[in-house]
Amino acid sequence: MSLRSDLALISEWVKPNAHVLDLGCGDGTLLAHLRDTRQVTGYGLEIDPDNITRCIEADINVIQSDLNQGLAEFANHSFDYVIMTQTLQAVERPDILLTEMLRVGEEGIVTFPNFGYWKSRLQLFTKGKMPISDALPNTWYDTDNTHLCTVRDFEDLCALHNIEILRWAAVDLQHRTSRWMNLMPNLLGEVALYHFHRK
Amino acid sequence: MPEILPPDSVGLVTPQIAHFTTPLALDCGRVLPSYDLTYETYGTLNAACSNGVLICHALSGDHHAAGYHSKQDKKPGWWDSAIGPGKPIDTDKFFVVSLNNLGGCKGSTGPVTTNPDTGKPYGPDFPIITVRDWVTSQARLGDMLGISQWAAVIGGSLGGMQALQWSIQYPERLRHCIVIAAAPKLSAQNIAFNEVARQAILSDPEFYAGNYYEYNTVPRRGLMLARMVGHITYLSDDSMRAKFGRELREGKLNYGFDEAEFQVESYLRYQGRSFVDRFDANTYLLMTKALDYFDPAAEYGDNLTAALKDVQAKFLLISFTSDWRFSSARSREIVKALLDNRKVVSFTEIEANEGHDAFLMPIDRYMQVFGAYMKRVAAGVQP
Repeated sequence: MSLRSDLALISEWVKPNAHVLDLGCGDGTLLAHLRDTRQVTGYGLEIDPDNITRCIEADINVIQSDLNQGLAEFANHSFDYVIMTQTLQAVERPDILLTEMLRVGEEGIVTFPNFGYWKSRLQLFTKGKMPISDALPNTWYDTDNTHLCTVRDFEDLCALHNIEILRWAAVDLQHRTSRWMNLMPNLLGEVALYHFHRK
Repeated sequence: MPEILPPDSVGLVTPQIAHFTTPLALDCGRVLPSYDLTYETYGTLNAACSNGVLICHALSGDHHAAGYHSKQDKKPGWWDSAIGPGKPIDTDKFFVVSLNNLGGCKGSTGPVTTNPDTGKPYGPDFPIITVRDWVTSQARLGDMLGISQWAAVIGGSLGGMQALQWSIQYPERLRHCIVIAAAPKLSAQNIAFNEVARQAILSDPEFYAGNYYEYNTVPRRGLMLARMVGHITYLSDDSMRAKFGRELREGKLNYGFDEAEFQVESYLRYQGRSFVDRFDANTYLLMTKALDYFDPAAEYGDNLTAALKDVQAKFLLISFTSDWRFSSARSREIVKALLDNRKVVSFTEIEANEGHDAFLMPIDRYMQVFGAYMKRVAAGVQP
């Protein structure tokens, strides 16, 4: 089984032997990959019971947690990285969670669907309706993605909270990038990846 | 026992008795010069003696955790739902050891045992036993069986506290520690319920300061009341509503106090009465004290993180949504202390309506996640 390519990209950003917290770790794929390729230790937080069982089958440390309750179980600066893939837009307060990530971790990595992607803009512009796409397949009323944002929105939030972006990538759903995407990430990137720390 | 034994049952089992003559110095300052531990085993110990799993029982449990003692037995052991071939604690893979704790009333040395010095039952003179004392005695049982390191020590409720104590007291003697529906210490509310139970026993005129054996009687009413109040804390509001609601036994109110009118009253009385027939009041008092006293963080300045600093076992903690006796928050206290120490730990909260008793039930997701973890434990066993 090949690793989801955004996860492959992220793992290149993680130093070997790091201690990692994965928020919304799913079935533990990323942590298992990081453990097997980079000797990373750490924990995944997950709320879905079936995913938790799969993590345990895969020998991944998993703690059942609701991210909307914060990260109170974790002491300050207890991780090298706190990672959150495709979950930021689905939590109740992304701004608070982002701050929490940098309280318990030295560095943060997030990925999210970019609402500024041109096809989303086009749907909103031409049809006047909330966009539905491969990256955002649900209708507005039954989606978990209650806090969609654009690349520019995210960077504004980082600036507001004194968060420095160390590197970023804009990719399509296959997680390929291109020169054009790098030039105009907010228009051409479907998924945004950010690596950041506290200034 | 069913006519045809299910393939996932350990079948007929026979308790064994281990006699120990090395004196046991207890936390209370007294010494037990010799004692017996009654235990059962299921499965086969491998050549490397590396597949041992220790089961620690809760307040009213005993060594009979799985299978049947005779064909006439109506019910199997208390944790038959989890122990057997192909079950989470898989007896095809593990050598499972389950004992009656010291102070118990099912064969191990306790208040009902004859004191060799007096020729009479120990009764109220039996020393107060702590969770640490139990773990010391369990380690000696392990020594006797040739098990220097358990693949896992597992327990629910007060049993979970013993598992936790194991990880602190003998960090190198267990590879996995599975703590289910437990807490790092009792809350004031927990102790309060225990105190009501104790007062019910102590104030029964037939208690005779614990010497009721000499009077050929038992403090029936006290022990029954103690069990009734305890039993309420094992259930949830939801499960009681679902099971009994306000259903009346005779379909009408009788405007009196004598008979149990509501189904829930009748159920509690039945639970209380049947408990009296199988349990000893002095043992009940001892077990509640062991619960009250358990507080491994106390000698580390009330810092559980410090208490768990040197543990080596990998942990699985499980709690249940409707358990208000030892709620999920209590399990999370242990999880947090392990996380602070960067220990290997997983935690899950099972959706269940059964209250504290859920840890004894074959709830699908509970058995799945427990089984998945035990497969990991089995995979780490050296043949």
